[in-house]
Order: sequence, then structure tokens, then C-alpha cells
Amino acid sequence: MAELATPYVAWWALVPLLVFSAGGLLLLTVASLVRRLPDVLAPAWTVLAGAVVLVALVPMWRQVDRYGAESFLGGAVGVDGSSIFVTGVLAVAVIATALTARDYLAREALPGVELYVLLLLSASGGVVMASANDLIVLFLGLEILSIAVYVLAALHLRRIESQEAAMKYFLLGAFASAFLLYGIALVYGATGSTNLVRISTFLTTNVLIDDAMLLAGLGLLLVGLGFKVAAVPFHAWTPDVYQGSPTPVVAWMAAGVKAAGFAALVRVFVLTFGTHATDWRPAMQVMAGLTVLGGAIVAVVQTDVKRMLAYSSIVHAGFILVGVQAATDRGTSSVFAYLAVYTLLAVGSFAVITVIGGEGDANHGLDAYRGMGRRRPLLAGAFTVLLLGQAGIPFTGGFVVKLGVLASAVDNGSYLLAAVAMLAAAVAAFVYLRILVALYLEDDGSDGDGRAALPAAPAGPVFVSLVAAAGVLAVGLVPGPLLSLARDAVPVLVGG
Amino acid sequence: MVVTTGWYLALGAVLFSMGAVGLLVRRNPLVMFMCIELMLNAVNLTFVSLGAELGDLGGQLSVFFVLVVAAAEVVVGLAVIVAIMRRRSGATVDDLSVLRG
Repeated sequence: MAELATPYVAWWALVPLLVFSAGGLLLLTVASLVRRLPDVLAPAWTVLAGAVVLVALVPMWRQVDRYGAESFLGGAVGVDGSSIFVTGVLAVAVIATALTARDYLAREALPGVELYVLLLLSASGGVVMASANDLIVLFLGLEILSIAVYVLAALHLRRIESQEAAMKYFLLGAFASAFLLYGIALVYGATGSTNLVRISTFLTTNVLIDDAMLLAGLGLLLVGLGFKVAAVPFHAWTPDVYQGSPTPVVAWMAAGVKAAGFAALVRVFVLTFGTHATDWRPAMQVMAGLTVLGGAIVAVVQTDVKRMLAYSSIVHAGFILVGVQAATDRGTSSVFAYLAVYTLLAVGSFAVITVIGGEGDANHGLDAYRGMGRRRPLLAGAFTVLLLGQAGIPFTGGFVVKLGVLASAVDNGSYLLAAVAMLAAAVAAFVYLRILVALYLEDDGSDGDGRAALPAAPAGPVFVSLVAAAGVLAVGLVPGPLLSLARDAVPVLVGG
Repeated sequence: MVVTTGWYLALGAVLFSMGAVGLLVRRNPLVMFMCIELMLNAVNLTFVSLGAELGDLGGQLSVFFVLVVAAAEVVVGLAVIVAIMRRRSGATVDDLSVLRG
């Protein structure tokens, strides 16, 4: 009997994916078999999975550093600096979300382990996206990531807003997936393969006489991924979905989903279609300019803090796009550095919002933040650092990474875009200032004893926001280590 | 008349556009959902015809992945729609307007 030929599998490189997916499935199985599970088990399990992945990344990073990137499973999946870096970012986001979610679920009286299961499965999809060497694998990763998040958005059973958010996210997310898929089909038609390595080899060795199909495919891919990372004009779902979804889930949407989306954007556009950068760069530049400006301007008129931060996440997406459009190694490494700092900013900020949101997750107006500096000094301090980081004030990580993407744009000769981005940063700073004024300078109307009636802030979100704020400050003061990691995280394509 | 690959691709494009426009103009979540299915199947048609044109199995293989993903989306999408319908009957997306800035 002939032995079945199986493709080579570098199992060491699959450890993060296996930990996330097996961890999620195991948790689901155990939770459905054991009648009463201790409350602390599921979040502890999720944090443990994230920590195991982080530890496993260290030898993987060394291996890639020493022997170079590798591709396996018939060339469909690759492991390189960028996939390891993004996996690390995803693991941090998973840990932070799980820590925030425990107190949230207890407060809202939402039993069950579904949030943690879906979070782990969603993270496994993100890992697939970050290491995909094939457009179909990339699409599968995107769907594993997204479908889990659609359910997460609807997790709050008693809030109609939560279900409305899930509905909007689902319809527009599926719409975007269809565009992405049509783009994949057209690229396949133009180049004869869905494998990124083969596409890139084909494009460097052949000149297409009629490249209309390829360009149409690229455009559709840009639309599909633009939806996922919430770039203007494909951002319309973001504020509604962020406002309606459970706040810890929003932390994951803002940090994890965006990190995976940008990893995919870099892999497809910069890495595979780098030879056609002159074709797609103008479109991406327009998109980046619209995203930074549009997000910043609309953020100013918001009164709901969750919506403000939704628009601010759009501004950040625009900044990251400024780094992507450069299509240089420097631009790519600035993108990864930005993703790392942005993840800290997002999970920290949404952890604070989780606490302030209060019972029912409804208390998100600017009023709820008035006088918070006096009532909750520790949390307000962390929030201050995070908001200053989002604004890109010097000595915070936000400044370092904003400088990075702008420098790569200037390097590339995109002066106008860099100027627009700086203008948008100034406009967006006004938004963060408004929240800071509410925190410290405005009174909540209660006379001094407001503090006594205040319940103690839950430990998980406070811990997350403090650590995130400390991380943002640390990167701002000592940017070297992160920047050198991001420099080594430049992706490469290796044939299988 | 010979029906060439171009015709199939054109049909795919037309079906995809119908789905996309339908999703934007219709207000019933179930119909919008069907429009998404129409778009995905237009992509499937495109994949198969391109695969046949190129003499490559990859196009046909991709269709299986798309079918599986579409089925998974159906499960989640219908669950969300049912969850909303249970709370308010006859909901259209215009009734879903709690969230606004």
C-alpha cells in the first residue's frame, strides 16, 4: 500500500495557533460537562493560554532569527518575524481582555464561559491571518476571527443595543468578506494562484499586458481589508458597534481584530504586491488621509466617550495606514511598533471605560467622567496617561510610534499625507483634552462625600489600565527595545 | 454562439453587483442576508470559471472553503436575527436605531 504523502509541518511554529484553538475547545468541552465550574477558572485558563503563547514565542523568535523564516503546509502558512510579533500582540490583547471581562461578566450577571471560548478561538483566527502565505488561508483566518467576534458583540443578552451592534457588525462584516473574496478570485484569475509566494514570483517574472483584472482584484482586496480595520470610507459600522458591544469585547475588537487586519494588509499589499506599489499606493494614500481627518473631525462632536474612542480608533487606523502605504521596510516596522503601542492604549482605555460604564454598561456620557480625578484618582491617573498616549504627547509611546509612521511617509516622499496626518493629530488631541478636562476640572455636583458612596473599583480592569499606562510610558521613555523588535519583525515570503 | 469564460465572469459580476446593491437598498435583515449569500455564490461562480480557464484545480477547491465559511456565517447570522426578532416582531434594520451619535 502506497504511503500517503503529507506536507511538511513545522510543528514548533504552530504552537500559538494550537494553544489558542485547543485551549478554546477544551474550555468549551469542560464547561459543558462539569456542572458548576468555579468562576475564576475560565479567565485564569484564558490568561494562562495567552501567557503560554507569549513564552512559546521566545524560542520561535530565536529560531527565526538564527535560521530565517520558514514556510510549511505546502507553502500555505509561513513563520517569520512579523507573524511572531503580531501573535505576541494578539496574546497581550487576549490576556488584557480576559482580565477585564471577568469583573464585567460578574457585574452584569452574565454566567458562562462563552466569552473566553470565543475570545480564544477568535485569537486563533488572528494568528492564522498573521502567518498566512495563501489568500484562501488568509480568508479562513479572517472568518475564524470575525465570526467569533460577531457572537461576542451580541453577548449581553439583556441589552438590545448589544444585539443591534452584533447585527450591524455581522451584516457589514459579511459584506466586506464578500468583497475580499471577490478580490481573491480576481487576483487568482490574473496570476493563476492564490499562494502569496507564487503570486509574487509570477508578478516579478511576468509583465501583464492587460492588468485590469489584477487591479480590480487589488481594489476589492483593499475594500475588504479596509472594512476590517475600519478605514474611512468603510468605517460607518465602527462607532455603532463599539457603542453597543460589551466593553471588554470592544477592547478586543479595537486591539486584536485591528492588529490581525493590519498584519494581513501588510502581507498582501506591501509584501506580495510590492511590485505594484505604484498602482495601489494612491488609493491607500487617499484612504489614509480620509481616515485620519474624518475620524478626528467627527470625534470632536461626540458626547459619548465610547463613541469618541471609536472614532479615535479610526484615527489610529489612519496613522497605521500612513505607515503601510510607504511600502518600505521602515514603514512596515513602524506599522508593527504602532500596533504594539496601540494595543496597550486600546485595552487600557476600554478597561477604564468598563469600570465607569457601571451596571448595565450604559453610563458612557462625558458626564460620567466629571470629577473622576477626585473620586478615583488611581484610575483617572492611568486614563490620563492613556489619553495623552493616544494624543501622541512626547514621553509617551504614542509619540514615538506616530513619529515612526510619519517619518516613513516623509522618507517616501508623501509630504502631503504626512502634513494631513499631523493636522489630524492636532484635531484629535482636542478630543482627548475634552475628556481630561472632564476628569479633573469639572465637578460632578456632589459635595465631597461622593467618594464614600462609591463602590471599590474592580481589580481586573484597574490592573489592566495601570499596566497598559505603565507600558505606554515605558515605551515613551525607552523606545529602543520595542523599535528594534519591530525592525526585526519585517515580514518575508519564503517558498514552500 | 460559443459561451466563453468571459460570459461566466460577466454573469458573476452581475450577480455580485445585484447582491451588493440589494444589501444596500433592502431593509429586511433576512433579505440582506440573502444578498450576502448571492454575493458569495457569485464569487464561487467566478472561482470555478477562472479555474476552468486556467486548467487549475485551485479555483474549484476554493469554492469548498467558501461554502463552509458561508454555512458558518448562516449559523451566526440567523442566530442574531432570531435573538432580535424575539424581542421585537417584524424588525427591519430601520427599527434598529438605538445606537447613534
